[in-house]
This record gives sequence, C-alpha cells and structure tokens, in this order.
Amino acid sequence: MHKSCLITLPFALMASSAIAQTVNVYNWSDYIAEDTIEQFEAQTGISVNYDVFDSNEIVEAKLLAGNSGYDVVVPSGFFLERQIPLGLFQPLDKSKLPNLANLDPEITARVAEHDPGNEYAVTYMWGTTGLGYDIGAVTERLGEDGPLESWDMLFDPEIAAKLADCGIAALDAPVEMVAIALNYLGLDPNSEDPADLEAAEELYASVRPYIRYFHSSQYISDLANGEVCLSVGYSGDVFIAVDRAAEADRGVEVTYVIPTEGASLWFDMMAIPADAPNPEAAHAFINFILEPEISAGITNYVWYANPNAAADAFVDPEILADPAIYPTEAVMANLFAPKARTPGYDRLLTRAWTRIKTGQ
Amino acid sequence: MNAGRDRTARRPWGFLSGGLRRVGISGHAAVLLAPTLWLAIFFILPLLIVFKISLSAFALGRPPYLPMFEWAADESLSITLHFSNFLFLLRDTLYVNAYINSLRIAAISTIISLLIAFPMAWYIARSDEKYRNLLLMLVILPFWTSFLLRVYAWMGFLSRNGIINNILMALGITDQPLTMLQTEGAVFVGIVYTYLPFMVLPLYTTLVKLDQSLIEASADLGARPFTTFRTVILPLSMPGVIAGSMLVFIPAIGEFVIPALLGGAETLMIGRVLWDEFFANRDWPVASAVAIVMLVILLIPILLLNSAQNAVVEKDA
Repeated sequence: MHKSCLITLPFALMASSAIAQTVNVYNWSDYIAEDTIEQFEAQTGISVNYDVFDSNEIVEAKLLAGNSGYDVVVPSGFFLERQIPLGLFQPLDKSKLPNLANLDPEITARVAEHDPGNEYAVTYMWGTTGLGYDIGAVTERLGEDGPLESWDMLFDPEIAAKLADCGIAALDAPVEMVAIALNYLGLDPNSEDPADLEAAEELYASVRPYIRYFHSSQYISDLANGEVCLSVGYSGDVFIAVDRAAEADRGVEVTYVIPTEGASLWFDMMAIPADAPNPEAAHAFINFILEPEISAGITNYVWYANPNAAADAFVDPEILADPAIYPTEAVMANLFAPKARTPGYDRLLTRAWTRIKTGQ
Repeated sequence: MNAGRDRTARRPWGFLSGGLRRVGISGHAAVLLAPTLWLAIFFILPLLIVFKISLSAFALGRPPYLPMFEWAADESLSITLHFSNFLFLLRDTLYVNAYINSLRIAAISTIISLLIAFPMAWYIARSDEKYRNLLLMLVILPFWTSFLLRVYAWMGFLSRNGIINNILMALGITDQPLTMLQTEGAVFVGIVYTYLPFMVLPLYTTLVKLDQSLIEASADLGARPFTTFRTVILPLSMPGVIAGSMLVFIPAIGEFVIPALLGGAETLMIGRVLWDEFFANRDWPVASAVAIVMLVILLIPILLLNSAQNAVVEKDA
C-alpha cells in the first residue's frame, strides 16, 4: 500500500496542477469498490460526481438527448456498438491512457467486435447473465435433484409454477432476456427474425404467471432477503446478494449459476461522450481504473471479472479461481455475446417485451 | 377624505401606471401580463414543442427524430408531418388499454380517497377550534418528508417479509405471507395514501363553513341523519368534493412513481408507458404523441368537473 502511494505521488502532483477539477461519471449501480473514488480524488485532486443507472436503455436515452453532462459513461458493448456510428462518443486519446498496456489482449480482441479498432472505449468489467438462487427455498420446493444448472428452472412451466410462491424475478432488459430465450430454444440468440421473436414471446408467456416482477436491480436485495428465490441476474450482482445474505445471517443462502445451455457474456465499456465537459479528467479517470491495483480492488469488491491482465496478481485468489466469475475455457465457449440490435427491430422487440411484461 | 386622496395621489408608483396608460396598457392588463407570460413560456411553448415532436418521424440519432422543416435545394421549404404516431397509438391496443386502465385506477382511487377523507374532514371541521389547527397540521405533516421516501416506506410495509405480513403471521391470522407488493391493490394504497391530504383540505374548508343551524333545522323538521346528510350536507359540500376530486384524480392518471414502485408489471398505466416509450424505446415522437393524447383525455374529465363546479356555484348564487 505504502509503496503504491509513493509511486503514484508524482503523478498526482502533475495531474492536480494540469487538470480541471471535476469529472462526472455515469456507471451501473453497485459496480465500484467503496474506496475507488476516494483514492482517485486523493491521487488526482479531481473530484468525482458519481451517478448510477440500471439499464442500457436509460444511458442511450440520455446520450441521445444530448448535453448529458457526463464525462465517462459505461454502457454494455452491445449498446455502445450502435452508439459509436451516431457520433455519441469521442475517440480516446491513447497517449493519455498509458495503462492500456495492462489490458488482457484476448478481451481487447473480443470487444473490438463492438468497437472496431478499440478506438472509443475501454472495458470496465465483464460478466455473465445467469441465474441466482435462494438455495434453501428452491430445494425445499424441488427436492435435491432440481435442474439447478439449467434454464429449465425459469422456462419449464412446471418447475416455474413450483417456485412461483417463493418468487421469480427477471431482468427488465429486453435484448438480453430475449437472447437468453432464443438460446434456450436452440435459435440464434442474435436473430432479428420476427418469427423467432414470437417464439421467445410464447416461451415467456408460458411462464409469465409465475414471474413476480421484471426489474434490473431490485433482485439483489430481494434474493438476499429471501423475498424472491430465483432471479435472472448479472453475475456480480448475484454475488452481492450472496454476500448480503451471508452478512444478514437469516438462513438465506444465495448461489449464482451459469446454466449449461449457455448464458450471455457482456462487456461494460467506459467511453467519453462527444459533448463531455471535461474529457481531460475523463481520460485521467479511465487511466486510473486501469491501474492494476484499482481494477483488482473493484473486482474484489463487486465480484465481476476485470479485463486487466496486470491486475490478476492483486485479485483475491478465491475469485480468480471461481469459474462463475472467471469462466473456464469450456464454459466460455458456451457463452454467447449479444450484438447491437438494428433500430427497426428495436420497436418490435420492445413492443414484444411490453406484451411479455404486462400480459397484454 | 381629502387627506386620503392626497395620499393616493402621492403613491410612488403612480408615474408607472400613468406611463403604461399613455402607451395603452391599463393596470389591469399589466397585472395579467406576468401570469400570461408565465403560462406562455412554461406551458404553451413546451406543449407546442412536444406537439411538434409528435408529428415528426423517429430516427436513431441526436436528437432522435427527423426535422419537420427542411430547406430543399430549390429553396423551397418542405414541411413533413407524420400523423403515423397518432395512428399507431390507435392501432395498438396497448395504448388504449393503458389509457383506460389509468382512468379506472385514478377514478377508483379518487372514490376511496373521498370515502376516507369525508369523515376525516367532517371530524376536523366539527372538533373544538383549539384542536383544529393541530389536526390539520397532522394531515399535512407527511409532506415534511420526501414523497419518494414515503412510497419506499410502503414497500417495507407491504413486502412479503414486511411489517404487515410479520404481524399477521405472529398473530396466527395467516401462516403464509400474503403477496401485497407488486399488485394493483398496492397501487391503490399508494395513491390514496399520497393524495389523501389533497382531498381532506378542500373538503375541510367547505365543511367548516357549513352553517350548523341548517343541520339543526333539518333535524327539527324530522329528517333522519342520513336524509340530512344526503339533502343538506352533501349538496352544500359539493364544491369541496369536486375540488378535492380534481386534485386527486388528475395527478393520479399520470402517476408514474407509485405504479413503478408498488405495482406489478401487469399494472399498466400511461405514466409507465410514457416512460417506456421515452427511455426503453427512445422513440420521442411516439412518446410525445402519448403525452398529447393523455392531455386531451385529461381535458374531458377536467371540463366535466369544472362545469359541475360552475353549476354548483351558480346555484349558490
């Protein structure tokens, strides 16, 4: 700790004199270590306005409206992909991001699919979308041999019906939820064929009566409190629930599973809006996140994998070895990455999603 | 008398009204100018902008719609009006259902509020003058904390591991926790709870002015209490009933926060549809069309309630 302070001190002095004083960051909720911002402020003298969201759609709506006032936003790659051609972001000045050298080349190559040439964005964290359980409540209803490792838990009406009374939650994230359903049906998760969408809709309709709500962050506390017993969830968010449940110690034990049929793999990417008031500070913030110890600190706190190869040395070995966080090659091959949807398909998708949610 | 007239003549702002009169603006018009400007800038103008967006076409970009006016190369101005957004609302049952459902939820909430607020207002109006202000204060007291916080508090009450379920289970009334949160019932609870003071206050102001002797006269003439209520108290309190109903009904229709936090996904209300159009679909033109239609639909009950109020006032006069 002391050593790292000494190393970064000259940088801090340099930065505080050269850079203006605030940076506005817009990131996913529950997605940063407790002390990350504090450390950044101490090191650079730049104060941080930190604001959070829980859906990609909201970020896009704010960016499209313009003058969002944010310097750094962190949309998922499959949204960023279509936002780049709209001119919503400015290209990164890589000379201000020396820590890019720390990145794992494999991840960098993967996200180039969303951001050709890695010109506009840097991966913040990455993870999967799978299933979170309240193990006790689920085994009580399904016995010891319930198909916990399968999406059948959500999509088989008989199983879902048994879990309805202890509560099933789903994400309010149409692109991913429909991709998951298509994958379960053996279809291409990135299909934009209306017939496939209809099939996904029918699948949801068959279990809709058993799903209590659609929300993209509520399930964290609800899983931890035993308010729901099954939730589609983002890997690290479910781990927060695991942690909170253990802390509360009220007999709730939560687990995260990447189902065998495959789950969606996503990369959340830091980018600088074209009209960012302080791109200078934004670069400083992104570069700071890429410090090995900072990346590792966030991973150790939020339990999402970071793209930082140099950070592995500082990541809790238990996390690094957990295949639900850093999936093995075999699991990785089974994951699918959602791609950007075309605007024309968007309306079909969101309309189908509203029908699924409301039963109308 | 003379001294008084002198004083008015020496009013320091006299020259101002004189000057305005010379350019043809009467004091009366000048007074109206401020609210008119306010209304124009903060109501009419935004409304026109929303209306304009509702007639343009969606395009992914910034801003996310196509321009309405365009200079063509031959120096002609082309104006493109897309009525498709409004037709779209008619064609898709989602929107019609959402409007109807919002009206229904708002109407039921208004009636429940009225049923709860009337006895409350009556009691406050009839209680000793010493306590009246205190009781009124208690009605207003919840406003001292954030509305959002109070709705969250209801989530704590209604959830499966919440206070109400814990009490019911401790008393042995139920052995399974009841699902109250994320239901339509929870939305009614939220709306009635939030807007109740808006119903109590106008009711109180009419009931407190109600002449006690009229009620006594009715009783002396042999009317039973219910007849007195129906033929004397209720008609006289109509202005309060109507004002309170408007104050509850109108905001309840467009309510977003309460159905979003307390209601389930199937509680379809126009506020949520509007949010989805704007934030999930990023389709500003359709979102604007939804807003315009909501305004038009709101105008009908407002006009009805207004004419009812005018009728009451005229009858009084």
